[in-house]
Parts: sequence; C-alpha cells; structure tokens
Amino acid sequence: MDFGRISRRHLLQGSAALALGSTLGIRGAAAAETTIGFIYVGSRDDYGYNQAHAQGAAAVKKLPGIKVVEEEKVPETDAVEKTIESMINLDGATLMFPTSFGYYNPHVLKMAGKFPKLRFEHCGGLWSDKDPKNAGSYFGYIDEAQYVSGIVAGYSTKSGKLGFVAAKPIPQVLRNINAFTLGARLANPKATTQVIFTGDWSMPVKEAEATNSLIDQGVDVLTCHVDGPKTMVENAARRGALVCGYHVNQSPLAPKAYLTGAEWNWEALYPKFVKMITAGEAIPNFYRGGLKEEIVKVSPYGEMVSAEARKHADDVKAKFMSGEFTIFKGPLVDNKGKTVIASGTDRGQQDPELEKMDYLVEGVIGATA
Amino acid sequence: MTTETAESVEAAGIAPAADPGFLQRHGARIEYIVIPGAALVGALAVFGGFVALYGKNPLDLYFYMYYGAFGTAFSWQNTLTRAAPLILTALCTALPAQLGMVIIGGEGALLIGALSATAAALALQGAAPTVVQIAMVIAGMIGGGLWITLSGGLRQYRGVNETISSLLLVYIALAVLNHLVEGPMRDPASLNKPSTREIGAANMIGTIPGTDVHWGLAFGLVAAVAAYILIYHTTFGFAARVAGGNIRAAKIVGLSVGKLILTVCFLAGSCAGLAGMIEVAAVQGRTNANLAAGYGFTGILVAFLARQNPLAIIPVAILLGGISASGGLLQRRLGLPDASVLVLQGIIFVFVLASDALYGRIGFLKGKS
Repeated sequence: MDFGRISRRHLLQGSAALALGSTLGIRGAAAAETTIGFIYVGSRDDYGYNQAHAQGAAAVKKLPGIKVVEEEKVPETDAVEKTIESMINLDGATLMFPTSFGYYNPHVLKMAGKFPKLRFEHCGGLWSDKDPKNAGSYFGYIDEAQYVSGIVAGYSTKSGKLGFVAAKPIPQVLRNINAFTLGARLANPKATTQVIFTGDWSMPVKEAEATNSLIDQGVDVLTCHVDGPKTMVENAARRGALVCGYHVNQSPLAPKAYLTGAEWNWEALYPKFVKMITAGEAIPNFYRGGLKEEIVKVSPYGEMVSAEARKHADDVKAKFMSGEFTIFKGPLVDNKGKTVIASGTDRGQQDPELEKMDYLVEGVIGATA
Repeated sequence: MTTETAESVEAAGIAPAADPGFLQRHGARIEYIVIPGAALVGALAVFGGFVALYGKNPLDLYFYMYYGAFGTAFSWQNTLTRAAPLILTALCTALPAQLGMVIIGGEGALLIGALSATAAALALQGAAPTVVQIAMVIAGMIGGGLWITLSGGLRQYRGVNETISSLLLVYIALAVLNHLVEGPMRDPASLNKPSTREIGAANMIGTIPGTDVHWGLAFGLVAAVAAYILIYHTTFGFAARVAGGNIRAAKIVGLSVGKLILTVCFLAGSCAGLAGMIEVAAVQGRTNANLAAGYGFTGILVAFLARQNPLAIIPVAILLGGISASGGLLQRRLGLPDASVLVLQGIIFVFVLASDALYGRIGFLKGKS
C-alpha cells in the first residue's frame, strides 16, 4: 500500500499554490522594519492573562517602523520552540515576547542559546546569571494592586466574607491571596477571605462551581487568580455579588458589580521596552516593578464604591507610588497561628523570600495543601 | 465538485492505458489512495470556502499552508518534530483497533510513561547515560503498557467498555501526575511551576544528526513498521485480526482471545508510553503538567484517518504535523484564529469517515477481490 502518494500529491498541489503565491507576492517582513513576535498560551480575547499581553502587543503595533506578529494557544512544549523559530525564519522577527511562565525553562533558554544575536523577553521567569545574556525576564508585583483591591473589597462587603477563586497553591498565587486579605483587613479587621483552589489555570466549570459555592456560604465580594476571570465575574454578578477583577479590566462584563481590580499594565511596559531596544539601551535581564514602575495598575472604581473606600485606597496607592509602603512586614501570622515574618522585619517587594511563599495569612480560610 | 473530478481523472491517469487488466488487479488498492486523497481535497476545498467567508483569499490560505508545513527546510523540520509523538500515540489506537477495540486513552498512557521514565532516570542518577536512557525506554514502555492493559483487563474480565474506561483513565493519569509532581516527586526549587527534578542534560537523547528533529521520529518510524509487520505478517497479527473480525469464530477455532486482548493493549500502551518517555528525554527534561499537551488525543484522529493501518499512520501523522506547523503562519499572515486549524482537522475527519461509504462502490475501480 502506498500512502506516500497522498503527501506527494499534496506537495504537487502545494507547488502549484507556490507558483500562484509568488505571482501574488509573498507578504514577508520588509527589511526596513523591526519585527517583534508575541506568543500567548491561551486565546487573545480571554478577558484575562493573555488578553493583557495582547493589549500590550496592540500598543507596540502603533509604534512607527514596527511590525508585530502574534500567535495564540501555543502549548508549553517544543511547539513554542518551533513557533519562535518560525517567527525568526519565516517572518524575520528579532525580538520575542513568549508570555507564558512555562515557556522559559527549557524552551526560551534553548532558543536564546541557538539565536545569540536576537533578544528574548520572557514574562515571569526568574533569570539568573547562568542563563543566556540575550534572554531576560520581566514581571510585575501585582500583589500591590491586589492589596488596593482588597481595601475596596473590605469596605464593600456587608457580610465581612470575601471569596477568592484560585488556580494552584504556588507562591505567585498565595502572594495575591495574602495581599488581598491584608488589604481587606486594613479596611475591615474582621473580614475573612475564603479561598478555593481549582487545581489548574483554566477550569471554567470548576471556577463556576467555586464561585457559586462561595456565594452560598455568604461571601458577597469575590476576586480570583486564574487565567480567564470571565467565568467568575459573570457568575458572581448574576448571583448579585460584587467582584474585584484580575489581569485586565472586566467591568464591561459586569458594569454593576465591578468594584475595581488588579491589572497588568503591559500597554505601558512593552512600548517602553521596544523604544529602549531601538535606542540601543540595554534592558536589565531581571526586570521587576509594581505600581510605581507602571507594570501593574488598579482598575477605575465602579460607581458603587463609597467615597470612604476610594479615599483610603487612593491614599495607599499614593504610598505605593512613592515607594514608601510594604505589604509583607512583621509581625505577620499565618492562618495556623505561626509567625511567618518576625516583628521588625520588612520584606520589601524584591525580597527573594517572598518568591518562596508557602503560607496563607491570618484571615484566610483555606489550606495550601 | 470540480476538484474531485480532477482528482478522479488524475487517479485514472495513474493506470497505464495499455494494460486493460491493471484496474481489475489493483482497483481495490488504488481505492485506498484515491478515496482518502479525494476526501482530503474535498476537505481543503470546504475549508477554503470557510476561510473565504472570513474575507480571506483561499489561494493565500493554500499557499501559506504549504509554505508553513513543507515550503522550506525549516518548515519540514517543524512538521516532522510535530509528527513524531503523533505516530506513537496513533499506534495506541490503531493496534487495539485490529481486535475491534476502540481505545482512546493514549494521552493517559503517555503521561504514565513519562512519569515512569522520569522516575527511572531519577533513580539511576550517576549511572552511564546509555544505561539511564535504556532504563527510561523500558520504564516508559512498561508504565504506558500497563496503563492500557488496565482498560483491556476491565473489558476482558469485567465487561467494561474499553472506550469509556480508557478515556476516564486519562483523567486519573493526569491526577496521578499532578499529585506526584506537586507532592512526593516535586523539585523544591520549582516554585511557580511544580515539576520533578531534571533528568540531567547528559541523559537527554538529543536530535537526529544534521537536523533539528529529535530521535522520537526515528522511534516512531521503527514502531510503525514493526507494528505493520506484526499485524500483517505474523500469526499473532493474523490471530488478532481474526478475533477483530469475529470474536466467536476466533474462540471456536481455539484462539485465546483474552491473552490477545491483554497483549495487544500492552503493546499499544507501550507505544504511547514511549512517546511520553521521548517528550521527557528529548524535549522537557523533566515531568510537569506541560506533558498533557493533547498528543494522545490527536493520535486518535491520526489512527482513524489512517484507517488503523500502522504504515499509513506515518504519512497521516506528517500531514497533521504539517497542518499544525502551518497553523502558526495562518494566524500570523492571515489573522485567522487558532481554532481555524481545529476546524480544518474536524472537516478532514468528517470527510474521511464519510468517504468510508465509497469503498467498493466506484464502478471503474472494482477489482476482483
């Protein structure tokens, strides 16, 4: 049996198409422009993590002399290596933004080694001295924005019960839950946050169940840390609860329930990076920042947010902007009664201990394992 | 449809006019080429129409599909890399199909194979790389093999439908993987991406010399050819096909059907387990949730498109690898959403399944047999 003929015939068709294509003119990258590749793990319109990056890419597109190529739903396997190579070989891309955490090791590191003259900017990785110099990792201290969200939530709750729909108990997520809770308890010392872990980044059914179950237990303000907050926001709003958003502004999904939210500000960072590179400036390989550095931002307040809440939240935001506020400082007790940060110790945002967070602070109802 | 007429004319052209007996003798074989080929062309034509509805030129579409999949040396490597795991996972469906069983749980065997291979490598740290690699192959194949044997055993001894049980075992495998990776086997340094420890750079199996394609392709080719010989040129394969044709007849002639089912399921699972081992040893270097990339599910599609023939799996896997390799280019150049590639896969699947009805019904191709 000769099934090889199928692909050979396919090739023939392809060659015909090639001839046609060349007469139509291949739309390749023009040499004068810089081509930048953006790679997303999910879909660009997920009202969440990937949309935040796509909004950043959209801001880069507006710059003169820049061409942007994008690819969505690229899994964290060698598929991302091939996507990067395809963007380099077929589109002439010279700067890459692979935006998912799992792309970094081994895929981005491997590609950075293979293409030493090109630049790779990865979101979320922990670049270290051993890694290629043409690779870099950037991320934002979004727990600052979560803290401000928490303050608004603390003023807005009537039951004193807040809900958090979370993906996995990893340091990144725990830090957001803890910051949100500490912010809420600044506004309302009796407030508690009930947390439910769904087990993965995109589990719409479990996210909806978690949302409903939290509301059934009396929770009246919810937030989340999953890739696409759309499910939580829409379900909570339908049940009459209030929400704080995450990743991007979800107020169009629930204008009457959306208090505020913790958003990425890639629209500010990506054009800045591109301008730095075109001007020949070096981007630090390990790049971090929060509200002050304009890597994260807080959504505009919904109209139901009280004047008192706005004032308190704005005051704290101003302190973050001037760099004089620390979220994680001693004495800090976890929800099992153990002191996790001793009195007198301030863990600033850059503190590597925070990258290893494995506890939930007092006021959080839930367990990490 | 004019394309299909062209296809038939082309197929008729294959037969030398001087030999009137040619179609008589080879008609049945030619059917196996003409019918899937026509189904493919039909599917591409419908997909072209679908894309035209989006206001894109179908000729551009065909050109970019060819260019992204087979148009350059890089495109070929991209295609073959993506095809490599599919050959092995397709065998996981195609082998039991000889016995009339529909196993769709290759993804689970792949995950268990990856876990077993990783465990073997971690247990043998310090041994010579060849020893570690051989141990990984054996562990991966046994792990995956036993996983599908579970489905076979449930069918044989408890009468449980193997399609349902193998699918459900995928979710169990994923839960086992997540539990081990986030618990007992976790590398404490993997903070935000729970993973096992790395198997070590020296133990990686690398790429086929002169190419960028990993050794998984060679493993897949060997396994497919071996499966073909086993099924069509050994008494074991003959017995399996007899049992697949009529299980009662097989029992009456004294075949041990139970043994056949368990052995074939083990072999099928070991192919998928090998795919998992290769993902670890050639791509990821460790086990984490990234391994659940859906290769096992795409393998089902490959097996059905290849009509469960182990040799036909090779070109079909390359075709689907090519479609997925060109998917990125379609997103970047034509602005089509990622889902468009899935739409094409779906259309091809429907066309090929529907074309089954044509076998033996095309008048001029009717052979003697």
